[in-house]
Amino acid sequence: MSKEIEAIQDPGLPAHKLRQTDVDPKAADRAERQVAILFGLSALSTVLFIYSYLFISTDTFVFIPLMGEQNAHQLFLGLGLALALLFIGLGAVHWAKTLMPDHEVIAQRHEFRSPDSDREEFVKTAKEGAAAAGLGRRSLIKRSLGLSLGLVGLSPILLLGDLGPLPGDDLKKTGWKAGSRLVTDPGDRPIRPEDLEVGAVAQTLPELAPGKDHRSLNDIAKDAVLLIRLRPEDFNLDDERLSWTYQGIIAFSKICSHMGCAVALYEQSTKHLLCPCHQSTFDVTRAAKVIFGPAARPLPQLAITVDEEGYLVAQAPFNEPVGPSFWGRSA
Amino acid sequence: MKRLSRYRRHRAAAPLLLIFALLGIGTTFQVAGATTTSPMTAEERTAAIEEGKEIFLRGCSSCHGLNAEGGPIAPSLIGVGAASVDFQVATGRMPMADMSQQAMRKAPVYTDEEVAALAAYVASLAPGPEIPTEEMLNYERDGELAEGGELFRTNCAMCHNFAGQGGALTQGKYAPSVMGVKPVHIYEAMITGPQAMPVFSDKTLTPKEKLSIIKWIKHAEKEPQLGGVALGRVGPVTEGLLVWTLGLGLLIGIAVWLATKAK
Repeated sequence: MSKEIEAIQDPGLPAHKLRQTDVDPKAADRAERQVAILFGLSALSTVLFIYSYLFISTDTFVFIPLMGEQNAHQLFLGLGLALALLFIGLGAVHWAKTLMPDHEVIAQRHEFRSPDSDREEFVKTAKEGAAAAGLGRRSLIKRSLGLSLGLVGLSPILLLGDLGPLPGDDLKKTGWKAGSRLVTDPGDRPIRPEDLEVGAVAQTLPELAPGKDHRSLNDIAKDAVLLIRLRPEDFNLDDERLSWTYQGIIAFSKICSHMGCAVALYEQSTKHLLCPCHQSTFDVTRAAKVIFGPAARPLPQLAITVDEEGYLVAQAPFNEPVGPSFWGRSA
Repeated sequence: MKRLSRYRRHRAAAPLLLIFALLGIGTTFQVAGATTTSPMTAEERTAAIEEGKEIFLRGCSSCHGLNAEGGPIAPSLIGVGAASVDFQVATGRMPMADMSQQAMRKAPVYTDEEVAALAAYVASLAPGPEIPTEEMLNYERDGELAEGGELFRTNCAMCHNFAGQGGALTQGKYAPSVMGVKPVHIYEAMITGPQAMPVFSDKTLTPKEKLSIIKWIKHAEKEPQLGGVALGRVGPVTEGLLVWTLGLGLLIGIAVWLATKAK
């Protein structure tokens, strides 16, 4: 090893190479024509754009290989504008590369710090301006300006209030109450156990409260429940969970316990429920136990039974919050 | 022919042949598959059941058992109904081509009459869902498009994709595309729940609502491509892939061209 580290020498500029267009006037003329053709193509594309806007009706379809039936109006509008811009760019670059001067030039940067004389001059001007405006003398203006600027500065803090209010127990409650009928979504028809054959599913919501004629999307997003009918002997549940089912009909919240997607891909053959977002897989026969994927908890099960008129109803509200984990959720 | 054979070693020959072959298969798929169900008299029905039993013994019994009681590799067919048979056999799913995860739609092996006979035989074993009649399937008259869309999004879209293009399930199973499926087969699938699909009972999804869904599907098939190339209508995956490969590739090409000096 040598004792001193040698500084890398400035290699300088490589020797300037003349382009063909620099030495051959014919090549230069050819390059000029090429640039002109590119700009001309751009102009033609703009004409195509104008033509499609004015004269191609919006319901004309043309067959384009590999793309299928395409709406001619949209297609040529887009193509026209895209090609018009592309050819301007191609022409400009080709022009710059072949015909514009390409001599390397060194331009030294100036120092970032202004000369001392300029800096002194600036301070002097600022002081003189302030004195002339009477800031030092007219303290009323100074203070009121300070007040107004200060208040304006504080006002965004007020808007932070819109981050709230805190959800309270909204995340822990759903629209399901003891005795809520399960109704079809959409359709709002109550369901009898005998309406579902083995292997059937139904998308359900709690019945509308009397006097209401629609649901908010926020409510649907929490209340959606999937009803599935299996053979009772297929269940592998403890006694409590088995008492939450009715003649082989089991109900789960459709809201994934991972990220809140709607879990409704029910495979009748395997009795698995699959979440389409992250492939969490739940085993319906074991109270929606997670058997694959990122979900940490089973889907909440809704306890169901029938009312005196024979319609399926909830025995009780969900015994745990539905949907993904949130801060402060117990277990 | 000689002229053509000169090109057989051409670079494009193999891909072109492949394209023609695929087109040929595709066309066969399209052409094969046109059944009409007509009501039968009692004698015709008896004859059909006899014929169906013949066909069953020859083509189905090795897996489904001599009396359709099922076996270690195939389920019992007692009580599955005529609708199930019509769906599985007329769409070519049965007989299965191989013992893979899922029977797929292909050119049907049996003719319409043979399918009808098989259906009559299986229906004679035990009652089950029947094949819906033409009159029941007048979806243009009885269905409602907007309602069909809403029902499709709630009941079908999670597996069959929001545009009905199909999608993946677990362990190699998949929900097939519902494009180009005959209304009668869509209806039968909903009432019988073939393979991994659950049943959609007539009470929770009324016959009228089923027709609305069919109407929406048939409408979606004819949906013009207003947004340019549909890319399989599967959403951001293919669109992203195209931008990342073709779009970025083009940009890289332009960047390389910008940086090269003119000779």
